[in-house]
Amino acid sequence: MPPREAWGRTEQHVGGFRQGVAASVPALRRYARALTRDAELADDLVQDTLVRALRSEHLFHGGELRSWLYTILTNLNRNRLRALARRPAMAAIDDNDAPDLAGPEAGGRDIERALAALADDQRSVLLLVVLEGLSYREVAEVQGVPIGTVMSRLARARMQIKDFLDGKRPALRRVK
Amino acid sequence: MMDLPVTADELHAYVDGALPADRRAAVEAWLAVHPTDAAHVAEWRAQADSIRAHYGAIASEPVPERFDLDRVTRPRRNWRAIAAATLAAAVIGAVTGWIAHGVSAAAPSGFEQFSAEALNAHRLYITEVRHPIEVGAGEDHLLPWLSRRVGASLRAPNLEAYSLKLLGGRLLPGPNGPAALFMYETPAGERYTFYCSRANTPRTALRYNAAGDAAAVLWVESEMGYVVSGPAERDRLIDIAQSAYREMESRLPRRSTENHGMPRRGS
Repeated sequence: MPPREAWGRTEQHVGGFRQGVAASVPALRRYARALTRDAELADDLVQDTLVRALRSEHLFHGGELRSWLYTILTNLNRNRLRALARRPAMAAIDDNDAPDLAGPEAGGRDIERALAALADDQRSVLLLVVLEGLSYREVAEVQGVPIGTVMSRLARARMQIKDFLDGKRPALRRVK
Repeated sequence: MMDLPVTADELHAYVDGALPADRRAAVEAWLAVHPTDAAHVAEWRAQADSIRAHYGAIASEPVPERFDLDRVTRPRRNWRAIAAATLAAAVIGAVTGWIAHGVSAAAPSGFEQFSAEALNAHRLYITEVRHPIEVGAGEDHLLPWLSRRVGASLRAPNLEAYSLKLLGGRLLPGPNGPAALFMYETPAGERYTFYCSRANTPRTALRYNAAGDAAAVLWVESEMGYVVSGPAERDRLIDIAQSAYREMESRLPRRSTENHGMPRRGS
């Protein structure tokens, strides 16, 4: 397992706000792609995140820039899902043959499906922690919830993925 | 502090490298004698590894030009004018665009407009008994003519596996210039259409869009938008669209600016 730092924090944005934003683009794209499973949609989210961030520079009062950007992206995605819920007619086809679902390897496909089966907040917590390397406290800030909620979402996400991969779709949680 | 019981949160923190150093040994000792917890920890690590393996490389991809910050902050009107010109941006408009720019949530997306144009053409012409098409499938100049007008080397996919026989095609005004509409028919007289027109986005996933009794599946490949329309039977339509997609992809001509390989004849 690679050290968390390899996945997590970029260097503190030495060059200032704009450079910090620019340096975060690769990680934002990674997160957005995993969150939405749709390359186009993911990049649109990232672009909107950048627009928002650059327009709202005056609202950024120091702190971890990446967390702030993840917060914007997460909120935009939430709005998007809400909007989609109002307009159900158009949906990406969830299928093996859909052209831009990357990764021919079966394992990748499985984890992709397992992630897709999670509630949005759970998926977001898990991705922010394991893919983006945010601390639990940072994730709590991104989602605007107490750390306890982050921990329970994380635990549920992990259990459900396990259950999904074990083939029991509607996750039955074992009582410990 | 080896004697403090290990909590579930600590197991997660252990996996995520977020455990204070003074609790690591305690957790490790605990795992050595609690195989169920050890199995969970191993499982969670494996999950994290597959997530990183699957998505990690995205962050090493070259960052597309559109994310250049000067481009992003280009004056809004200008940006939107550019956006309006591309199907991709229209898709952005569909979803995130409203949020970023406060456009009404009721505004249709470019994606939906593209689909809607194809569906309108579909509806208009499938009911034509005598003139469903302009040029029949048997006529040599069908593809050369439509290719030349649409500006891409077009193919009409072979959908005989679905009992769909190509009747022919016609030329239509499309969202970004001329569009070609090919019509297919089953022995029972059910009609399907295949619509092609220029799009300014490189590619998209397949999307299903139902509107009443008809439905469309749209995708973009190599800056060409394709829409398969037919009766709103989702699974069948998606099958047909995927078959068309695969055929178009396997026969995709090399993209070229000089109409290389493009037919010269046609009216």
